[in-house]
Amino acid sequence: MTCSLRNVHSGVLHAVAARGHVVAGAIVVALLSASCVRNPPPVEPEPTAPPPGARSVDPAPPSPPPLPEPPPLPPPPLAGEDDFASRTLEELNRESPLEPIFFGYDSSGLDAVAQSIIEANAGVLERFPTWVVTIEGHCDERGTPEYNLGLGERRALAVREYLVELGLSVAQLRTVSYGKEFPFDPGHDDSAWASNRRAHFVITSK
Amino acid sequence: MTKPIPSLTLVCLTLLAGGALFAAQQQPPDRLSGQRSAVDLTIGDRIGAPPRFAVPDCLTPDAEADLVAVGQTIAQVLWDDLEFEREFRMLARDTYGTVPRSRTLTDLPFDAWRELGADGVVSCTVSSLPNNQIRVQARLFNVRSLESAFGVEYSGSIRNARVYAHQLSDEIHRQQRGLEGIARTRIAFVSDRDSESVLGLVENRQTKEVYVADYDGANVRRVTVGRSLNINPAWAPNGRAIAYTSYRDGPQDVAISHIYEGRLETPMGGNEYVHNWLPAYSPDGRQVAYNSNRDGNPELYISNVDGTGLRRLTHHPAIDTSPTWSPQGHQIAFTSDRTGAPQIYVVGVDGTGLRRITFESYCDRPTWSPAPYNEIAYASRTGPGFDIKIVDLATNERRQLTFGLGTNESPSYSANGRHVVFSSTRGSGAKQLWLIGRDGNGLRRITSTGNNEMPSWSR
Repeated sequence: MTCSLRNVHSGVLHAVAARGHVVAGAIVVALLSASCVRNPPPVEPEPTAPPPGARSVDPAPPSPPPLPEPPPLPPPPLAGEDDFASRTLEELNRESPLEPIFFGYDSSGLDAVAQSIIEANAGVLERFPTWVVTIEGHCDERGTPEYNLGLGERRALAVREYLVELGLSVAQLRTVSYGKEFPFDPGHDDSAWASNRRAHFVITSK
Repeated sequence: MTKPIPSLTLVCLTLLAGGALFAAQQQPPDRLSGQRSAVDLTIGDRIGAPPRFAVPDCLTPDAEADLVAVGQTIAQVLWDDLEFEREFRMLARDTYGTVPRSRTLTDLPFDAWRELGADGVVSCTVSSLPNNQIRVQARLFNVRSLESAFGVEYSGSIRNARVYAHQLSDEIHRQQRGLEGIARTRIAFVSDRDSESVLGLVENRQTKEVYVADYDGANVRRVTVGRSLNINPAWAPNGRAIAYTSYRDGPQDVAISHIYEGRLETPMGGNEYVHNWLPAYSPDGRQVAYNSNRDGNPELYISNVDGTGLRRLTHHPAIDTSPTWSPQGHQIAFTSDRTGAPQIYVVGVDGTGLRRITFESYCDRPTWSPAPYNEIAYASRTGPGFDIKIVDLATNERRQLTFGLGTNESPSYSANGRHVVFSSTRGSGAKQLWLIGRDGNGLRRITSTGNNEMPSWSR
């Protein structure tokens, strides 16, 4: 597998952190390293979640032979990634590994920060090719409800288009526009509006 | 599931003059023309001044408490309906204390009404029939000539008191002023009044559903259910169906509820990838214009109501949205942000003759008036929020109906073009529906429960 991420550089991390999305930054770091060392695939044993039944056949585990320390690059790929298979969709979406994309006022344009977050999300979706996600387009409350349905649709479509450019299959990507009907922040100020102008990823099946 | 709306099917109307009996859902024939030539039945002789009308409580010969209440309701609703069109100067109902009670439907204290300044008085009686049915008889009297200008009789369920009053109001407006009243029209709208949490994978989302109410806000009925989002209702011109944007299957699609049949259909073929929203019926009810992403961008399309005959109306990489039909169905006004901020445009239904109508900061939700007016109402950003404006397409004159109190959005015209309903956050901050005359007069609120928005006024 090749490194499919692009445009990821340290400047992005600063920008992301500055917007208060430190988690997103962390994921970008994780993916940067993770998806660029996917050759060879990770050989580390599952550190936290042994496969089901492992306990019964292995009551007194002999010390495994020490694996050669891998090159220093890969920190654990994604926090909690190994749990993803066992987590319900509700749990996955509550602490989603897919970060939202934020937009400027009345815009569906993807700036460098938005692109880097989409790239990080693309990395996650590549690792979980069975996941189907719905990209929800949302708007702040300042426009009209009617026009905002179109704007939300454009936002969702813009994100999907970029994911497809990055090599993801359309079959994995659904969209919906909620306009301004489902604000994430009920406030009426700049920070609430910024938070509500987003493309939000929902994992709808896995 | 759709709750049926009490209709007029049970109401039969007998016109004393002609004796014609017909189902009230049919258009009443013009039965009064012959009468009018014999004697002028139009009340009011002051030049330029509207005639003054009084509507005392209906008489209830049986004196049963529920009939008395019906008699009061009919009189109050009729008074409100007549006041609404502002064709008559309505004498306040709390000033009738000096007037003795009528003895019968036709035996009125005319002198006392004349002293009070009335030109016309509506006299009515409510009597009981078997099986919870009632008979309502009404006469409109000219206080000066002591003649009955016209009379009607309705019978039907006791629950339809407001309907009898609305129909009586429409009859009086037609006979006295040649005006098509709108007292029996309804308004579809979106409300969170019964809000539930949305079924889905994201928490803290609340449903909005489509409702209908009488034009005056009474008699609210819920149309949609389903623990999802249902918005942008649009009446079919025949009043028997409502098209709207539904999220019942996930992404937005155009749904059509046939409200009297309890039947729901999604004929525009939405699926995981193709989304359809913001439907608008053509004036003949045979086509629907709507938004779709089917070619990768929000564009406008027109198809037959059953989804066949699809054709694309707009071709522009910007957002094109909010379609509304001209009264004859030859043109469509819509919103586009092709020059930056959203503005209103008009185009022929064949896609030709595009022209820009507004040059303001942000405009949306154009609504073309019915004939005889040829104007478009829209929401225009005037500050932090929006105000309702109207542009006359013949003269290009613009006028503003609201002035910065709250945000005022989503205008929709009454069937006779004389009124506009819109949503506003004025007052409490909650979104409520308000009515206003197209001349900017007669503002009144018709909802108070929860938030209410995106109205569509039936034809």
